[in-house]
Amino acid sequence: MKDSGAPYVTADGRQIGKVLMDMRGITLRFGGVEAIKDISFDIREGEIRAMIGPNGAGKSSMLNVISGFYHPQEGEVWFRGEKRPPMKPFQVARLGIARTFQNIALFDGMSVLDNIMTGRLTHMKTGLLAQMVWKGPAEREEVENRAVVERIIDFLEIQAIRKTPVGRLPYGLKKRVELARALAAEPKLLLLDEPMAGMNVEEKEDMSRFILDVNDEFGTTIALIEHDMGVVMDLSDRVVVMDYGRKIGDGTPHEVRNNQEVIDAYLGVAHD
Amino acid sequence: MSAEFLYGVEVIINGLMAGVLYALVALGFVLIFKASGIFNYAQGVMALFAALTLVGIMEGQVPFSHIINATFGTDVHNFGWTVPALLAIALTLVVMIIFAWMVHTFVFKHLVGQEPIILFMATIGLAYFLEGIGDLMWGSDIKTLDIGIPQGGSMWVENLSKHLGGEDFYGFFIDKLDIVATIVAIVLVAGLIVFAQYTKQGRAMRAVADDHQAALSVGISLNFIWVLVWSLAGMVALVAGVMWGAKSGVQFSLSLIALKALPVLMLGGFTSIPGAIVGGLIIGVGEKLFEYMIGPMVGGATENWFAYVLALLFLVFRPQGLFGERIIERV
Ligand SMILES: Nc1ncnc2c1ncn2[C@@H]1O[C@H](COP(=O)(O)OP(=O)(O)O)[C@@H](O)[C@H]1O
Ligand SMILES: [Mg+2]
Repeated sequence: MKDSGAPYVTADGRQIGKVLMDMRGITLRFGGVEAIKDISFDIREGEIRAMIGPNGAGKSSMLNVISGFYHPQEGEVWFRGEKRPPMKPFQVARLGIARTFQNIALFDGMSVLDNIMTGRLTHMKTGLLAQMVWKGPAEREEVENRAVVERIIDFLEIQAIRKTPVGRLPYGLKKRVELARALAAEPKLLLLDEPMAGMNVEEKEDMSRFILDVNDEFGTTIALIEHDMGVVMDLSDRVVVMDYGRKIGDGTPHEVRNNQEVIDAYLGVAHD
Repeated sequence: MSAEFLYGVEVIINGLMAGVLYALVALGFVLIFKASGIFNYAQGVMALFAALTLVGIMEGQVPFSHIINATFGTDVHNFGWTVPALLAIALTLVVMIIFAWMVHTFVFKHLVGQEPIILFMATIGLAYFLEGIGDLMWGSDIKTLDIGIPQGGSMWVENLSKHLGGEDFYGFFIDKLDIVATIVAIVLVAGLIVFAQYTKQGRAMRAVADDHQAALSVGISLNFIWVLVWSLAGMVALVAGVMWGAKSGVQFSLSLIALKALPVLMLGGFTSIPGAIVGGLIIGVGEKLFEYMIGPMVGGATENWFAYVLALLFLVFRPQGLFGERIIERV
């Protein structure tokens, strides 16, 4: 494991940068339940960081802490070298942290295109009156935003459904539109909560490819949660393993796979 | 064309004009309900309050003069100036925005995530509170609102349409005030549509109406949007209040028009803006036409109950409203 905080190059030649997000001693409770127990880990620029663990391990909770939906009782969140004060989710989004949800949260009444356009909201700057009356700058901004969105639509191969109301799409495509919306924000950090859950093999392969391509082409730092050990091994640079709210492993997929505690947790606890 | 038929047409036109007002009040309901799930019982009182405030500002009334005089033994009622209508409307709009902010910050922000019935009860409280405040601020006497909108039958329409019928048809009688009200309402609705479809804030508003969690994740502040929709509802209330007030005087019974918005919503659906507009027009036309054709047979005054019976029929046969999708029970 490389802990020094300095940039490095992986065995297969991938550039890993400085620490982008640093979670320090996070503890999160719901009433008497400790969903996260004193966990520390970091996410580095340019890497794909995975969180794995059985159901109820606290993975989604951790993602929710990062994105401001949950607020930990103890611990500190450091982002780009600064301690982040407690923030609401919309403030975190404005910092350049985009996310998807385990249970998909899309705007069902809007078209695919409109959904993805909402991902650009944090980039829209023109004042209200200018948008309604004085067209110049507002129109230019709209054109720029549309260009970004169209690029993402091409990238994720969803041209055919761009005008379809999202509520009518099948599950696998909804997941892809949600990814598109997150990408539209051009985030510095992209959080994906089980992006492949409930998909068939083919859809999983597509999604894996998209995640790798996003990381590769846009250099986006990605933290993702995944159940499937095999997928995680293929995708990620480093893995955090959680079990019952504790961190029981942290390192490269290879290191984690050979960690006795991780093996025990995965064999001892039934996971679906 | 027979005179009888043409008078029927006149009834329909007048019904449409009345419907515009119902539609405006219903629109205020829909805006807030879509974005926050709050059924705002106070929408009608907001229209009243807006109209009272407008008159008060225009006439240079000292707000709360009753309390001030009672407390300090003074005798102030008027600043001694009058404010031009347009400026007064702008100031009233500012008051409605401050009101929106206060309602959200002091009441509904603390009730986020509560049961709909609790939110509804809160708006009932709000309605009576606002009625009381309106009374305290501007007094409870009936006021006339004159912002320079022409009133009375339009001779132009009358002369233009005279030739349609025979000897005993004198042309359509349409109140100029109704014509102005309709034009203003159309401009308002068009403005709202442009706002919702093409601006950043409008997009954010639609996003919040659809899914709160998703809206948060793309960087939308729910608090901002909620203040925004209450402000827009306040603006719609102001327009409705001005139109109704100019017609019938600003008085506390004005808040009762809100009740007519209920059947409108049953028809149009609680979350549909086109539904609110079409529903309002249908009720307006329906009750005028019903009164014209059936009224004489049943002793008149059908306008008091027609809308509610129509809504009841809708509840039985098409509970999702005109524009809602068919409700299919999941089993
Ligand atoms: N909003 C919440 N309220 C109460 N308990 C919660 C909430 N969110 C998560 N938990 C609890 O926290 C624990 C971890 O859940 P979660 O983070 O969803 O696990 P995972 O994503 O690893 O399956 C579980 O016991 C779950 O019941
Ligand atoms: Mg989870």
